[in-house]
Amino acid sequence: MDKQAEGENGMIDFLYFFINPALLKSTLVLSTPILFACLAGLFSERAGIVDIGLEGKLLLAAFGSAAFAAYTGNAWLGMFMGVFVSILFSMLHGFSAITLHGNQLISGVAVNFLAVGLTGFLGKAWFHQGGNTPALSGNSRFTAIDLPFAESIGKIPFIGAFYEDVLSGNAIWVYVALLCVPLTAFIVYKTRFGLRLLAVGEEPSAVDTAGISVPKLRYKALLISGILVGLGGVYLSNGMLAGFGPKMSAERGYMALAALIFAKWRPWQSLWSCMLFGYFAAFAIRYGSYDFPVIGRVPSQFMDALPYILTIIVLGGFIGKAIAPKAVGEPYSKEH
Amino acid sequence: MDDKIPAWLDVIVLPLMSLMIAFFVTGLIVLSIGANPFSVAQAMIEGAILRPSGLGYTLYYTTTYILTGLAVAVAFHAAMFNIGGEGQAMVAGVGVAIAALALDSTHWMITLPVAMILSMVFGAFWALLPAYLQAKRGSHIVITTIMMNFIASAVVGYIVIYVLRDNVAGANETRRFLEGAHIPRASDMLSWIGIDGYSKSVPMNITFFVALIAAVAVYYLIWRTRLGYEIRAFGLSSSAAQYAGTSPVKIIIIAMLISGALAGLMANNSVMGEQVKLGLNPVNGAGFIGIAVALMGRNHPVGIVLAAFLFGVLVQGGAELSFSYPAVSRDIVDVIKGLVILFVGALDNMLRIPMEHWWINRQKAKMA
Repeated sequence: MDKQAEGENGMIDFLYFFINPALLKSTLVLSTPILFACLAGLFSERAGIVDIGLEGKLLLAAFGSAAFAAYTGNAWLGMFMGVFVSILFSMLHGFSAITLHGNQLISGVAVNFLAVGLTGFLGKAWFHQGGNTPALSGNSRFTAIDLPFAESIGKIPFIGAFYEDVLSGNAIWVYVALLCVPLTAFIVYKTRFGLRLLAVGEEPSAVDTAGISVPKLRYKALLISGILVGLGGVYLSNGMLAGFGPKMSAERGYMALAALIFAKWRPWQSLWSCMLFGYFAAFAIRYGSYDFPVIGRVPSQFMDALPYILTIIVLGGFIGKAIAPKAVGEPYSKEH
Repeated sequence: MDDKIPAWLDVIVLPLMSLMIAFFVTGLIVLSIGANPFSVAQAMIEGAILRPSGLGYTLYYTTTYILTGLAVAVAFHAAMFNIGGEGQAMVAGVGVAIAALALDSTHWMITLPVAMILSMVFGAFWALLPAYLQAKRGSHIVITTIMMNFIASAVVGYIVIYVLRDNVAGANETRRFLEGAHIPRASDMLSWIGIDGYSKSVPMNITFFVALIAAVAVYYLIWRTRLGYEIRAFGLSSSAAQYAGTSPVKIIIIAMLISGALAGLMANNSVMGEQVKLGLNPVNGAGFIGIAVALMGRNHPVGIVLAAFLFGVLVQGGAELSFSYPAVSRDIVDVIKGLVILFVGALDNMLRIPMEHWWINRQKAKMA
């Protein structure tokens, strides 16, 4: 009897180790910028435009929003600036990829270099803090929001605790990101614009024949993509952290591309894959120096590499098959 | 009538014009923070070319960029975008370190060849999986090589910290290599020809000549051998090449292995030539600069050597800036790199299309 109870406790401890509020909250926080960037990538790739410049746009938006929030003392103005900067570079990518039929990968690489250079160069020149922006506080900062009834619902076991300790108490952008998932699914699958978007990523010539402008549709997709990845950057520097630091995007844009493939370019699956990758990162932070039975310490390098290893396995078609939109990466011109 | 512009416009005029635009925009950015772009440019050129030790540093960077540029170019000729030079070179750094740690009590003439072979094998090995997945399963090489870059960074981090680390000194790096892995630097090579007194701390070294030889070898391979012909034919039209009996699997894998090996060679320069030990990041973005170098050099070895020198000047000149212009941080170099890639690569058609029109009209006028 006693032994059985002990066994049950052991089981609960074991589960608690992997699923506890602190770990899940950190998962939610860490996956939010990736989710924004991943949905941004979904819009652009579904329209046939590869964007490896997501990483750079995250960084640029993070810088733009933190710098402007610090300058004006208003977090919302900062947000608009961050998103504006991101849209600007999305349009630059569009000009190269759509209007000039340029190589989309090269344009993405250029944006990533420019992002590191511009944020570092302007940040150091403007704020004289080694590339950091001043710490954001008060009105210039997006603070944590307590969801309604968090305390009373929190008394319900499990679900209540999840509501109070994980879901509640995040910056607004976490909720916006979560809401963007059903919104994206709705736009892509249920609206005329979304269906055209899917078509233009598969068979642009068919869309063209139907009398719909391929460039216009693709620019619209890039506009949405710019807004979404911009919000990811805003959350990075104002929400997740309280200020900009050099290279703070820390490969999250690339991880979003991996998550997009892992999700096979679908909205809900994007949420799950971003959560999974966020969980790996949270796990690495929390248990970096923990000695596990049998295997001992899990090196942080292993957790770092895990999302990319999984993505390669999926890409190779070893679990399911990730098939990209057919026209992705190809410039479209009428004469072909 | 040919609607394409002649080679001299494509290879010389167009990149130079794009470069000018990139420099002009950089100048505006420098101006925006209140610095004088001309004196900044002057300081960069002085620190990167005119001062002898500065030139040594420039040639050190040039060595690296020639190799990563060639790596990108070889893959490009087979119509593949190897964005994984970074990871391939990083893994190759482990190969160099293994050779150096094992043989550094002998002589560099023994250590260097072994390190070069290991670096090429390790670099090629890291390119093999993406190549295989592209050839056999159609997984896009760009995405897989990006993923492999991150995996490389984790793997190399693990190996350095848990396997090769020097536990006496305590930093996350190997021990310093002994005399037998000190490859000749500029100061040594100059003293061979009777010039003494050049700074021993300048990292330019004998692998500069390895890079030049590699450039000649790539030229010979791509334009003078059957394999090179097949690679170029495949790059122009994979279906036509297949029809002519070329195996796409073979071309993809061989081109990527050569590309990975070239990127890998770069590690000799940074690990043995400069740091004389292996740390966590022996590549430091050089793989990505290789993309810019190959673009700028139009995937031709001569162009690549010149473009690599240009980027060497930019990087070394940027490092010099912190002394003379503290307000202008070296981040400006990343801005220039980004702008060069943007104007020379991504926005190439912005100048090319008007130039083609101009050329056609000129031809028409001549005929009339």
